[in-house]
Amino acid sequence: MVSNATKLKTARLKLPASTEDLRGLEIGTVVYLDGRIFTAREGVYKKAVEEGAGMPASEADIGNVNFHCSPAAMIRDDGSYNMGSVTATASFRFNKWLEDWFKISGCKIIIGKGGMSPEVYKEKFVPNGAIYLTTVGYGTGALLGRGVKRVVDTHWRGELGLAQCIWVIDVENFGPFLVESDLEGNSLFERENAKVAANIGGLYEGLKPAIMKRYGETDDREEEVI
Amino acid sequence: MIPISALQSTAEDLMAKAAIEIPDDYLDGLRGLANIESGELSAFVIQAMLENYEAAKEDRSAMCGDTGVPRWYVKIGNEARIEGGPIALEAALRRATASATKDVPLRPNRVHPLWRTDHDNNVGLNAPEIEYSFHPDADWIELTTVHKGGLFGSDYRMLFPGDGIDGIKRFYLDTLIAFGKRGLACQPAIVGVGLGGSKDICMTLGKQAACLRTVGSVNPDPGIAELEAELKEMGNTIGMGAMGFMGSSMVVDCHIEAGYCHTGGMPMSVHMFCLSSRRACAQVTPDGKAAFRTDPEWFTDYSRRETVEWFPTPQNLKQHA
Repeated sequence: MVSNATKLKTARLKLPASTEDLRGLEIGTVVYLDGRIFTAREGVYKKAVEEGAGMPASEADIGNVNFHCSPAAMIRDDGSYNMGSVTATASFRFNKWLEDWFKISGCKIIIGKGGMSPEVYKEKFVPNGAIYLTTVGYGTGALLGRGVKRVVDTHWRGELGLAQCIWVIDVENFGPFLVESDLEGNSLFERENAKVAANIGGLYEGLKPAIMKRYGETDDREEEVI
Repeated sequence: MIPISALQSTAEDLMAKAAIEIPDDYLDGLRGLANIESGELSAFVIQAMLENYEAAKEDRSAMCGDTGVPRWYVKIGNEARIEGGPIALEAALRRATASATKDVPLRPNRVHPLWRTDHDNNVGLNAPEIEYSFHPDADWIELTTVHKGGLFGSDYRMLFPGDGIDGIKRFYLDTLIAFGKRGLACQPAIVGVGLGGSKDICMTLGKQAACLRTVGSVNPDPGIAELEAELKEMGNTIGMGAMGFMGSSMVVDCHIEAGYCHTGGMPMSVHMFCLSSRRACAQVTPDGKAAFRTDPEWFTDYSRRETVEWFPTPQNLKQHA
């Protein structure tokens, strides 16, 4: 499968993972997961952190891996679950809740799309012994769907809806993911951005400046929109 | 008379096809980029995506868990008659959207912008969007659904005639680089560019160029076709590949559609149809039969006409026989 087609380092990780288990995972390593994970995004963060509701279940019940995801899933009339494809959503939007979130959830792995800023890794991930895994593509929803073995439970479904509620899922050989930030807070995206940035100036060479500027616009193309 | 039941069941099939089956033209274009990708991480990402398309088809599962915001493009033949009329057609498309959300399943992405109300069926206020177009001398209806991601990769700017081609290139690069970092645009993408029109039509044309033209198609205006090729090449020399990693796989194809605009301006929009470029189309005839395909053939000589009157020629009628 994927791991055979690449020279990138590959690791398989059993969940729940302790900070100790995450040592040695370098940025750019391909990771597959076995064990329990749960989804949580802005709806859950608002309720758990801002409204002070805390966690709806114990770490033993839902695990310590937070997937920034809403699955393409439905609940059948008999109460059973129909989960098809699962894909991450962009993580940078969730910065503001993370500090408190780590404290109340005890999460050691965050899985999402696109990573977060280097400051967030240094200030929030590193002190909590946590790493960030990014999904690949993005949009390997069908491959990830194959790794889903069982929907264990949902929490806060009534108030948050199917897309925002917590889905607790047992997974096997769930991936691929890439280590975007390691325990030291190094970032794969930052490393790649720096390489790409070296080329950007030359692309604009010889192009006339714009006739009209827009308020708040920047000409610094090394900046990021996140 | 086209039976409404045929339109609704075709629409349901289209919803599933779009979500699950990557169109061949996009797949071929992506493989072409993969063959020359030297960035190790970018190549790994594309390889994983290629395996993902296979998994989606085998498992009849949506290729991406973010199944986008499903919408409809309807082309109505001038002689077509719909059982129950256009109101029945809109009801059928809304029903198909809701039932496919439950059956495929799709992610119920559509919510109210302020109250975040979610009907869990991708139907709501002004959703799904339905756009219409018409075609001369035809008695069929063509339904196309597009499931495009909704957050990153599109932008609009009012340029001026003095900005010229340089201005177009500058804004194009700005958009690709801004949304290409970290792969927010989920590239390699089909990039659609809208040039001219009113502001809203500029956005519409660019989006249609990205979502409704197939990889390899060219604009019939040779000057625009040349610019399409140049912008594609330019996007792939930014140095950015899949997920914003070092590489050369950014643009699977670039499509430009133009519309006449205010004499003082040159509005431009850029849209990126992602690694899950989901579109499916079917022509439904009065006998209730549906012929499925992945090329919507949305832009035609008729839709691109510049004159007051439309003078059909045997050649441009044949084009859409």
